[in-house]
Amino acid sequence: MAQTDTGEATETKSIREAIREGLREELQADEMVMLYGQDEEDGESFEVTAGLYDEFGGRRVRNTPISEAAQVGAAVGAAATGLRPVVELSFSDFIGVCFDQIMNQAGKTRYMFGGASEVPLVLRATEGGGLSAAAQHSGTVHTLVAHLPGIKTVAPATPAAAKGLIKSSIRSPDPVMFFENKTIYDERGEVPTGDVTVALGEAAIERSGSDVTVVATQRLFGEAMSVARDLEGEVSIEVIDPRTLYPLDTETILESVSKTGRLVIADESPMSYGFHAEVVASVVEDGFFTLDAPPQRIGVPDTPLPFAPGLEQEVLPTDADIERAINRVL
Amino acid sequence: MTSIDMDTTAGRIAALEKMLLARAFENTVQDQFADGEIPGFVHLSQGQEAVAVGVCGALTEDDYITSTHRAHGHSIAKGLEPDRLLAELYGKEAGQCRGKGGSMHVADLDRGMLGAQPIVGGSAPLAVGAGITAQYTDSDWISLGFVGDGATAEGQVHEAFNFAATWQLPVVFVIENNLYSEGMHFDEQHNIEDLADMAAAYGVEGVIVDGQDVEAVHETVTTARNRALDGGGPTIIEAKTYRYRGHFEGDQEPYRSAEEVESWRNERDPITNFSEKLIEDGELTEEKRDALTAAAAETMEEALEFARSTEEADIEAAYEDVFVEPAPEIDRHRERIAREEPNWGVY
Repeated sequence: MAQTDTGEATETKSIREAIREGLREELQADEMVMLYGQDEEDGESFEVTAGLYDEFGGRRVRNTPISEAAQVGAAVGAAATGLRPVVELSFSDFIGVCFDQIMNQAGKTRYMFGGASEVPLVLRATEGGGLSAAAQHSGTVHTLVAHLPGIKTVAPATPAAAKGLIKSSIRSPDPVMFFENKTIYDERGEVPTGDVTVALGEAAIERSGSDVTVVATQRLFGEAMSVARDLEGEVSIEVIDPRTLYPLDTETILESVSKTGRLVIADESPMSYGFHAEVVASVVEDGFFTLDAPPQRIGVPDTPLPFAPGLEQEVLPTDADIERAINRVL
Repeated sequence: MTSIDMDTTAGRIAALEKMLLARAFENTVQDQFADGEIPGFVHLSQGQEAVAVGVCGALTEDDYITSTHRAHGHSIAKGLEPDRLLAELYGKEAGQCRGKGGSMHVADLDRGMLGAQPIVGGSAPLAVGAGITAQYTDSDWISLGFVGDGATAEGQVHEAFNFAATWQLPVVFVIENNLYSEGMHFDEQHNIEDLADMAAAYGVEGVIVDGQDVEAVHETVTTARNRALDGGGPTIIEAKTYRYRGHFEGDQEPYRSAEEVESWRNERDPITNFSEKLIEDGELTEEKRDALTAAAAETMEEALEFARSTEEADIEAAYEDVFVEPAPEIDRHRERIAREEPNWGVY
């Protein structure tokens, strides 16, 4: 057992284990929490929920037909009538087949009903490239959802954030879409033990610095941390994991940029009209004169992800891209 | 207890009253929309009252329904107050959704009305979800999803039927087949004669019922509801019916003849036929029928007065109810839009 800075006991866990532990704790804590999805009983494609069926049984952890639209539409109906469904949608690229239910039902039901209902549901999906899974199993689509009114969007980068955020997502009275990058499930880190949550809408400054602010999500957060360590002594880099993409903790980012004057945003989404742009827009709109250099975006240059490993590595953003961006603004 | 006991004279009279009220409601909406008092789009269901009342009369207040873009009749039948419903259509604060839903999104969870869904087919998965809650909590209520005939061409409706069947959920689906999907005839949309035949694909019971016969609809839904409560899983009911008005108010209806509409009105009207049957059976007199008709009209006059005079929707409500929890982004964007000058130096 280790401890956090604030003295909480911690254990080393992978992101996969951290999400599973968060799910387990919420299943234990609230009888109305229910998990369903494709292969849910066997732990799904990436074994995040492995063992939960054995532990909680088929009433709490249940397989569904391959019917994403019905899964999400049903989650809205179930949530509006008292359940807290946690629905696994497998690869995030598949939200195309249930986007209506996400956009028009999950996101709008409470509003359309004049506040008469709560819709406490969680949609989980895995995203990200790097496994040669090709264009329809590798995309990073969280920007699409973050754009929609009425849905909170979460994309953790660390085990501690993953556990704390899945717990907060399940407890939230609002719809939350929880994006898991499939290439970092095995990343390990210290996770507070027991019932410790991470509030939705709060970013974390994971490394303090004074020269450049790097806002980095998911896999690229790890890359940014690695670059920051490599450049230690030369450049002082502040690394922020936004953790929640909507609502975005712009205060933490603005305060950081007011200190560093330089901003790099690394996110695996396509670069146009995306998360990067939202961060830049917020900083420019509310912190224009804090900037000493043009903000820099690192992402996928608007291509689908190709299959061949060499091609995929070509378009995926890397630590070298982050380092180059940092050097550009110094 | 179901809302209408169709085995008693009192229950049958109550069914007639509900159908008269649904008809009077729709007639009022038709007139006030034509006069420009009701904004937006409205879809009316005159002619389909026996489906709405037969179905909802076989349900309890605790049972949930999900509905379609053509939801007024279902709403009245499920017990929503006509004055508040009309106020919702007028966009008023007193409406069931505080004027934020309107005709196409009306909902009242206190009455088990889980919402109109104007994106065709959307009601079916929603009904599955309420059915999941019912099964999960071992409740003594069921979920019933209305869909139109057109909706059965939507993928999400197939998914919902199959999902409900696979999980053996306490859900009843009622396909209101009014012969037209928007402006397209049934024959253009489907390659089968009876949509109830779809049930075979999901391994559930499929039943055809005369949607102009309120007693037949009530009996069919009662059987399906009991099956659902007994763990027998979903039923797919096809109610053959007809709408007198176009797909939406303003529809020029080039796809059908006035004669066709008139023949349904004259020969198959669910209210006329049911009241005549009750008179023949000695359960109703013409005077009583006229009095009930007048009472429904009077209820709607009062509802109209209420809808017109009650206060407008609270403007601040436009920013409320997006989330339960605080929504800092909404506040931040509002503040940005309201600025008199750029933010030169907060940070």
